[in-house]
Amino acid sequence: MNDTLAKTEKKTAYILTLPAVFIVFAIVLFPIFANVWISFKEVELKDIRIPEPRAKKIVKYIPEDTTKIKILYKLRNSSLLQEIRDVTFQDKYPKNFQPIDLDKRCEFKKNKLKCKFGNWPAKYRENFQVIFETKDGSNVNKKEIKSIKPKLNGESDNILLNTKFTLKNFKKVLFENEFIDLLLTTFYYTFFGTVGSIVFGILTAQMVNQKFFGRTFMRSVLLFPYVAPVVALAYTWELLLDPNSGTLNTLLINYQIMETPINLLGQKYITVNILGFDFKLRLALTTVIIFEIWRYFPLAFLFILARLQAIPKELYEAADVDGASPFQKFFKITLPQITAVISILFMIRFIWNFNKFEDVFLLTGGASGTRTLPINVYQQGFAISDIGTGSAVSIVIVILLLLFMFFYFKLLGKRVDEN
Amino acid sequence: MKTKNIIIFSIISSLFLVSLISIWKILATLQGIKLDNLNFQVIFLLGFFISSAQAIIGNKLNFIFKLIIFSIIFIFIDGYLIQHMPIWYNIGVFLILYFFINKIKKFNKKILEEEYSTQIIIFDFLTLFGIVLFSFVILFPFYMMVVTSFKTQIALLVNPLDFSINFAQGFKDLFKSYFVIFKSYKFGKYILTSTIVSLGTVFITLIFAIPAAYAIARLNFFGKTFLSTSILIIYMFPAIVLVIPLYTVFSQLGLRNSIEGLLIVYTATTLPVAIYMLQGYFKSIPKELEEAAILDKLSWFGIITKIIIPLSIPAISSVALYVFMIAWNEFLFSLMFLDNPNSFTLSRAIQYLSGDAETPRQYLMAGSVIVTLPVLFIFVYFEKYLVSGLTAGSVKG
Repeated sequence: MNDTLAKTEKKTAYILTLPAVFIVFAIVLFPIFANVWISFKEVELKDIRIPEPRAKKIVKYIPEDTTKIKILYKLRNSSLLQEIRDVTFQDKYPKNFQPIDLDKRCEFKKNKLKCKFGNWPAKYRENFQVIFETKDGSNVNKKEIKSIKPKLNGESDNILLNTKFTLKNFKKVLFENEFIDLLLTTFYYTFFGTVGSIVFGILTAQMVNQKFFGRTFMRSVLLFPYVAPVVALAYTWELLLDPNSGTLNTLLINYQIMETPINLLGQKYITVNILGFDFKLRLALTTVIIFEIWRYFPLAFLFILARLQAIPKELYEAADVDGASPFQKFFKITLPQITAVISILFMIRFIWNFNKFEDVFLLTGGASGTRTLPINVYQQGFAISDIGTGSAVSIVIVILLLLFMFFYFKLLGKRVDEN
Repeated sequence: MKTKNIIIFSIISSLFLVSLISIWKILATLQGIKLDNLNFQVIFLLGFFISSAQAIIGNKLNFIFKLIIFSIIFIFIDGYLIQHMPIWYNIGVFLILYFFINKIKKFNKKILEEEYSTQIIIFDFLTLFGIVLFSFVILFPFYMMVVTSFKTQIALLVNPLDFSINFAQGFKDLFKSYFVIFKSYKFGKYILTSTIVSLGTVFITLIFAIPAAYAIARLNFFGKTFLSTSILIIYMFPAIVLVIPLYTVFSQLGLRNSIEGLLIVYTATTLPVAIYMLQGYFKSIPKELEEAAILDKLSWFGIITKIIIPLSIPAISSVALYVFMIAWNEFLFSLMFLDNPNSFTLSRAIQYLSGDAETPRQYLMAGSVIVTLPVLFIFVYFEKYLVSGLTAGSVKG
C-alpha cells in the first residue's frame, strides 16, 4: 500500500515538474551546449538562413486570344552559397484549364501542375513558362490565377549540422582584437561596479536604518533606479551627460567650475593631475561604471538593510554600556554582522555585472574604451556577423565565470571553516 | 578641547548646509534664474558662523528668535547683497534654514564636551547629508525625463537649463510630444505588444511554475534536490550567452519577429525565479490541510486548485508582479529577436527611435516616461509585497 502510494507520488511529481523543466532546459541549457558546437564552426549570419527554392508567378494575357494565358515563373535559389537538391514544384489551376506544350520535367494531373526540377546550384535562376488554354473557350480571369501561390520544396545541407570543425574562431578571439584589453576592461567594469554598489549599499542601508521622517518613502525612492526600465534610464543619462546641450555640462559651465564641456561618454582618456602626477583615467569607462553603481546599489541596499534590521538591539545596548564610540560600534558590531550578506552580494553582483550587456550597449555601444566581453559577443555575432566567433566569446565568458565561481566558493569555504 | 569640538561641529554642519543650499541653487537655476556662482565660500562662512553661534549661545535664546536672526542675516547677505533673488527663492532658503537650525539646536557647549561627540556629529550629519544627496541624485534623472518630455525642440536648444514647465500653454501643447509619438510613431501598438507579451509571460509562467513549485515543496521524488539547486544555478546564468544559439534556432524555425518567440524565451528565463519564490511559500502552508484533502480523495489537480492556490494568493500575486516587471523591462532579447517595427515592444521601439539621430529628444523622453510609469506605479503601489520578494533575489539585473 505504502509502496504504491510512493510510486504515485513520484509519478505525480514528474508530471508536475516536467513541463517547467523541459522549457527551461530547452531555452537555457540547450543554448549553452549549442554554443560549444557553433564556436567550433565557421558560420556567418547569412549562413543561418536555410536556402529556399522560390518562384515568382507572373500572369500575362496573350493579346489575340482571350482563352489562352501565358504564365511565367521566375525560379531561383534564395541562397548565394548553397545548392538545393531535388526541388519539387506544385501549383493549382481552375478546373477548366489545360496546358499546351508542357515541359518534360512536369506533369499536369487533376488541375495540378507538378514538376521535378532536380538540383539547383547556388545563385541558380530560371525563367519557366507554361501556356494554358481553357477547355470550354471561356475568358481567363487573371486575378484568380494570380491569387494561388505555387509551393516549392527542396533539400539542402544545413551548415550548422555538418561535421566540419575549426579552431579559427578561438584563435581569432584569443590572439586578435586585443583580447587582454578586452579582459581588463571587463574586469574593471565588473570589479569597480560591484565594489561601488556594495559600498553605496552599506552607506544607504546604514542611513535608512535610522529613524527619520519619510523613511518608507526614502526606501522606495532608493529602489527606483533598480526597477525602472534600463532603456529609459540610459537615454536620460545620455541626455544629461551630452557634451553640447546636456544639463550637467551646461550647469558646470554656468557655475564656472569648468570652461569647456567634456564628453563623458565619448572620450576614452582624460588626464587628471593629482599631486603633480599626471594620471590617465579611462573617462567613458568610469562614467559607465558610475551609471552601473547608480543603477544597482539598491539591490545591495535592500539586502544589507534586511540584515541590519535583524541585528539584535541588545548588542548595541551592551556596547553603549561599555562606552563604545559610534565608529567602534560600526566596525565591531555592524560590519561583522553583515559580512555574510556582503560576500553573497559580491558574488551575485560580480556574476551579473560580468554579463551586463544592455547598460553599456545603450550608453556607448561599446565605443571609447568600454568594450566588455558581452558587448564583444554582440559585435562579433551581429555587427561583423560572424556567428562562430561570437559563440567563441560566449564560451570564454562561461569558462571565466565557472572559474570565478570555483575559486570564490573555495575561498568562501575555507573562511567558513576557519570561523 | 572645547573649542576644537566646536570648530569640528561647525565645519561639519556648515558643509551640510552648503550641500542643502547648493542643491536649492541648482534647482533655482533650472527654473530660469541667472545664477553664475554657487558661492561656496560665503555660504560656508555663514554656516560656520550660525553653527558656532548656536554652539556658544546654546538654548539661552528662544528658538524662534534664533531662527529669525540667523535667517535675516543669511538672506540679507545671500539673497540681497551678493545677488538680488526673487521672493520664492528666499522663502526656500528660509525653509532650509528652519530645517537646519532645528537640526543643530540640540548641540550646545555641554553636549559638545561629551565623549565621542565629534563622531556622533559626523554620523548624524552624514546620515542627513546622505539622505538629501541620494534623493537628489536618484530623483534628478527622473525629474529631467519628465520635464524634457514637456518641452519643445527650440526651447531645449535655446536654454538647456530652463526646466520650468509652462502650464499656461494649454493641454494640447503641453502633451504635444506624447500626441506625436502616439500618432506618427505608433506607440499605441508598441504599448499593446508590450502588454500582451508581459501579461502572456505572467500567465504562462504561473501555469508552469505553480505545479512545479508544489512538487518541489511537497512531494518526494528522485532528483528533487538536484532540481532545486539547478534552478538556482540556471538563474545565475548569463542571458548574453544564450543569445547566439537562440538567434540561430529561432531564425531557422521562423520564430524571430514573433510574439510567440518572445513569450517562450521570457517564460523560460522567469520560470526559475518564480518556482524558487513559490516553493518557499508553499512550504509554509500547513500540511494538515492537504492530508485532509487526500482523505477526501482529491487529485493533485484538486489539491492545487482548491487548497494551494487560494491560500497563496499574496505570494502568487507578488510573483506575478515581478514577472510582469521583468518582462516589461526586458531589452536584450527584444533587441536580438525583433527587427520588424511591426512587432516591436516598447523598450525596443525607444531604442529604435534613438537610432535615428534626427529624432527630437523630447519624443525620446516622452517614450521613456511611458515605459517607466507603469513599472514605477506598480512598484510604489505594491511596495510592501515587492520588497520582501526583492530580497529573495527575484529581479535579475
